Amino acid sequence: MNIHEHQAKALLVRFGAPVAQGHPAFTVDEARKAAEQLPGPLWVVKSQIHAGGRGKGKFKELGPDAKGGVRLAKSVDEVVAHAKEMLGNTLVTHQTGPDGKQVNRLYIEDGADISRELYLSLLVNRESGQVSFVVSTEGGMDIESVADETPEKIHTIDIDPLTGVTDDDANAIADALELGEQARVDMLDLARSLYEAFTAKDMSMLEINPLIVMDNGRLRVLDAKLSFDGNALFRHEDVRELRDMSEEDDKEIEASKYDLAYIALDGNIGCMVNGAGLAMATMDIIKLYGGEPANFLDVGGGASKEKVTAAFKIITADKNVQGILVNIFGGIMRCDVIAEGVVAAVKEVGLKVPLVVRLEGTNVDKGKKILNESGLDITSADDLDDAAKKITDAVKKG
Amino acid sequence: MSVLVNKDTKILVQGLTGKTGTFHTEQALQYAGTKMVGGVHPKKGGETWSGAGHDLPIFASVAEGKDKTGADASVIYVPPAGAADAIIEAIDAQIGLIVCITEGIPVLDMVRVKAKLEGSGSRLLGPNCPGVLTPDECKIGIMPGSIFKKGSVGVVSRSGTLTYEAVFQTTNEGLGQTTAVGIGGDPVKGTEFIDVLEMFLADDETKSLIMIGEIGGTAEEQAAQFLKDEAKRGRKKPTVGFIAGRTAPPGRTMGHAGAIVAGGKGGADDKIEAMKSAGITVADSPARLGTTLSELLKG
Repeated sequence: MNIHEHQAKALLVRFGAPVAQGHPAFTVDEARKAAEQLPGPLWVVKSQIHAGGRGKGKFKELGPDAKGGVRLAKSVDEVVAHAKEMLGNTLVTHQTGPDGKQVNRLYIEDGADISRELYLSLLVNRESGQVSFVVSTEGGMDIESVADETPEKIHTIDIDPLTGVTDDDANAIADALELGEQARVDMLDLARSLYEAFTAKDMSMLEINPLIVMDNGRLRVLDAKLSFDGNALFRHEDVRELRDMSEEDDKEIEASKYDLAYIALDGNIGCMVNGAGLAMATMDIIKLYGGEPANFLDVGGGASKEKVTAAFKIITADKNVQGILVNIFGGIMRCDVIAEGVVAAVKEVGLKVPLVVRLEGTNVDKGKKILNESGLDITSADDLDDAAKKITDAVKKG
Repeated sequence: MSVLVNKDTKILVQGLTGKTGTFHTEQALQYAGTKMVGGVHPKKGGETWSGAGHDLPIFASVAEGKDKTGADASVIYVPPAGAADAIIEAIDAQIGLIVCITEGIPVLDMVRVKAKLEGSGSRLLGPNCPGVLTPDECKIGIMPGSIFKKGSVGVVSRSGTLTYEAVFQTTNEGLGQTTAVGIGGDPVKGTEFIDVLEMFLADDETKSLIMIGEIGGTAEEQAAQFLKDEAKRGRKKPTVGFIAGRTAPPGRTMGHAGAIVAGGKGGADDKIEAMKSAGITVADSPARLGTTLSELLKG
């Protein structure tokens, strides 16, 4: 789960991180009030969407020469003028895709004198099985291009979970970032605060890009992007409250209510599969036969009939879907449960497109019997190859 | 021979009394006489569990269960919030093989578990894995026993259902399996590809391998490098590989917490290239794992 920059900063402040003063604004009027509460002489007006590259992004509705999604202002009136242009319009960045995202909120922040721009993030390093700091002197730009072009400028520092951030760790981070005296002292506190925030709130990613050294030599968090481990949200009510549904796909929200792993894609063949690996492989094989998957959907291990029905409804609600492939290899999931769910769903919502079902594994005979005796127009497939062939052919015939 | 488990493996079940634990323990008891020796529940010690015509004692702790039954393995069906503590309890009780089926454990809990595993005598398989099965001898976890056949292929996979595909297809090809091992779909886990590949290379009865990876991380690249290095030392077995997620959009987590292409890393193409350069025959379709291996073995 992702949250907005202003929420991220509010959270990091609670752990003692140095963040500029700022206020969120949902309307032009609120933007004016926010600006008036800040000292000036420099303000920053920042679009709040769940995507990076906002500064270089362009608003769809404005001309190509218009400014991007992060703007500087030298007066309150200028803040207001920017807010008028930005709120309600659609920002397209390299991370939003061509459709872009509507800017429904802004963050008005106190400007800072920037001496150096650095990169710092925390994540779970899957190789070491530990939380790592990833730092680079090349801040303020796309870290992926830094990794591509100058990988030697990226440093990784693993943190032992038994000790937390030690003085040696903080010094290693400071060395990698080539920090001066004051900033080095600041880093000792900052590294500990960020590690504490990361572990206390079960984050999966904490990215500060840029982390700046100001003219006075001190560190400040200029941008902050936080993601949380979806599997740990059950123990963080305060984090769950920060979820912004308008940033998510409607079908994905519906799927999350039933604990289904669903991701909307651009194709026309809906998929319902058990197991994440098989679900990905099913997408791959559809593509191999010249089709395009409309979604990724893993119904999971212990799915009930109700869950399967819900999954089927979400797939059929997608207007692009011209055919459906159900691919189940039952282990923990029993084929008869899947069959019952599919039959119940088809009876409830009807079936207007071809449906191919491939069942294998636990209780496969029971499952096939339920489908055969349902009297529904379901094509059964012998194996995954056969299933992919049948559904792509059926959709091509249209 | 086989790897990890055989007919003598004695297994405790943590989370036996729940619905999932009960269903799969019954299935295991019905599979080749798998030696399930008891369950663990902190509040139900002294009670008896009955299923599939067997009565199993419930112990209050893993340590007590191990002491009284001589168990050398444990399987965990405990819900996500308590699963990490269940693993740690098994490590503390010095269980040799811990298999965690539970999906959805917070990753920072696994960071804690990983630190605990370091230097312990326990091996953890999973979490978020289907378990391990040696045909006609022992079934730990949730793999469907009916698709297995004793044979010569070693199967290792990050994905549960793709493990079943590989098993089913090698059975249909008449090859059968020595052991199938699901290492699990989480980013931080107990056992990696390399660990299992090492066991299969050392096992005389395993004549060929199927390795199934997916997007996310670099474990497949490391495993490919490992096989390449071992081949130079003369240890080499015919291997078929597959990578799931070629069509996955970047930046999204594809069901498995570990399946994400991030920062330009973890993509399918790099993994496929690494496998090919290590002499692994990569199947382009998940439906052709078995036939690809058969063709490879025929030369």
